[in-house]
Amino acid sequence: MTAPSSLLLEYLPILIFLGIAVAVAGLAVGGSIFVAPQKPDPKKNAAFECGFDAFEDSRGRFDVRFYLVAILFIIFDLEVAYLFPWAISFSGIGLYGFWSMMVFLGILTIGFVYEWKKGALEWE
Amino acid sequence: MAESNFWLDYILPLLLIVGYILAIVVPIMLSVAIVSYAERKIWAAMQWRKGPNVVGPFGLFQPLADGAKFFLKETIIPSGANRVLFLLAPVIMFSLGLIGWAVIPFDQHLVLADINVGILYLFAVSSLGVYGIIIAGWASNSRYAFLGALRSAAQMVSYEVSIGFVLVTVLLAAGSLNLNEIVEAQKGLWFFIPLAPMFVIYLISALAETNRTPFDLPEAETELVGGYQVEYSSMSWVLFMMGEYANIILLSGIAVILFLGGWLPPFQVEPLTSVPGIVWFLLKTSVLVFFFTWTKGTFPRYRYDQLMRLGWKVFLPASLFWVVVTAGAMHLFGWLPK
Repeated sequence: MTAPSSLLLEYLPILIFLGIAVAVAGLAVGGSIFVAPQKPDPKKNAAFECGFDAFEDSRGRFDVRFYLVAILFIIFDLEVAYLFPWAISFSGIGLYGFWSMMVFLGILTIGFVYEWKKGALEWE
Repeated sequence: MAESNFWLDYILPLLLIVGYILAIVVPIMLSVAIVSYAERKIWAAMQWRKGPNVVGPFGLFQPLADGAKFFLKETIIPSGANRVLFLLAPVIMFSLGLIGWAVIPFDQHLVLADINVGILYLFAVSSLGVYGIIIAGWASNSRYAFLGALRSAAQMVSYEVSIGFVLVTVLLAAGSLNLNEIVEAQKGLWFFIPLAPMFVIYLISALAETNRTPFDLPEAETELVGGYQVEYSSMSWVLFMMGEYANIILLSGIAVILFLGGWLPPFQVEPLTSVPGIVWFLLKTSVLVFFFTWTKGTFPRYRYDQLMRLGWKVFLPASLFWVVVTAGAMHLFGWLPK
């Protein structure tokens, strides 16, 4: 259809756009640091802890359920990515294409029901 | 001679592109300022207050005054923070709020980059937003920021899954990843009628994606004192806010393109079709931005377990089910695109 160079050329404005957006943001932060008076102070620069000194490093342990959510997200997001090309070519793949995706979704639904029953989605 | 060719072939198109980009960026910045002002006025009206009314006529210059004030404030970098990442996070958030606009068709031929995978690009850009928040929460090295970032990331990825399924139903109905062709496919019927449940799921998920009320738990002023933003000050904080508002307008714009017919007029009759498409697009987007404001003015905050239950136990099965229903109905009744 299109040569690779012209295909890439369509993305050039996006690249330039990204450059301009980062430049504007960088200028705003840099300009503010340059213009505004900076008076650092050990108390002022301490991490906010409602007036206490921090008891310990904040990067400690956290709830394992956040990991669980991230793992489930990867499974379902990949599933969505897998559905995109199927949805685009839907009118061309006929009943066979339709049912093969239904089988795939069925298997995933079984996995989803299992997660649900195991309590992976509980946040009490 | 060769030199003049160089100017004509490379520099001139480059300047044109930069001009187009500025023609998008400057109005977006202005609308961010106007939306931030309009929101405060609308909330004030909802609570029988006056809202900002001192700076300029009706307080119209309030956003400018706020901006100038933030610019002149000290940028505080906590002593325990990773300095580079700490300053990088708001830049990421702000840039992501802007670059999504590169593929939005404001009118039939009014689009900066008419790429053929526009939807995938927007999906990718909105997914990257999690990085800004995680980096901000991690680099701050503060307990509240860390907890807020964790919550926010979990919330955003949860609702992104349902947004993904919503996109799939729209793709089924339109048969294309190109945003212009998706709008064209709605000439007969806007997609929010046949895909009404998906439209509702998209709007509510968009609220969760942008961390807005009733899903503003990551910011939760009353318990997490601002979440991942707690250590930020001055311009770096402003970048977070501007990125958030640009993102709200962007998600409204995407909703308009996917469900409300983009730049198409509501009916294909004469006085309506002669109005330029960009007017329709901006009008519909403003209505949805007002919806965001309205929700924030009327709803209390969700609890975190309720939020996760809604995302994983209601929206995910419902949107998955609706993908199957849409595909099945299209096959059964022969409603295939093209």
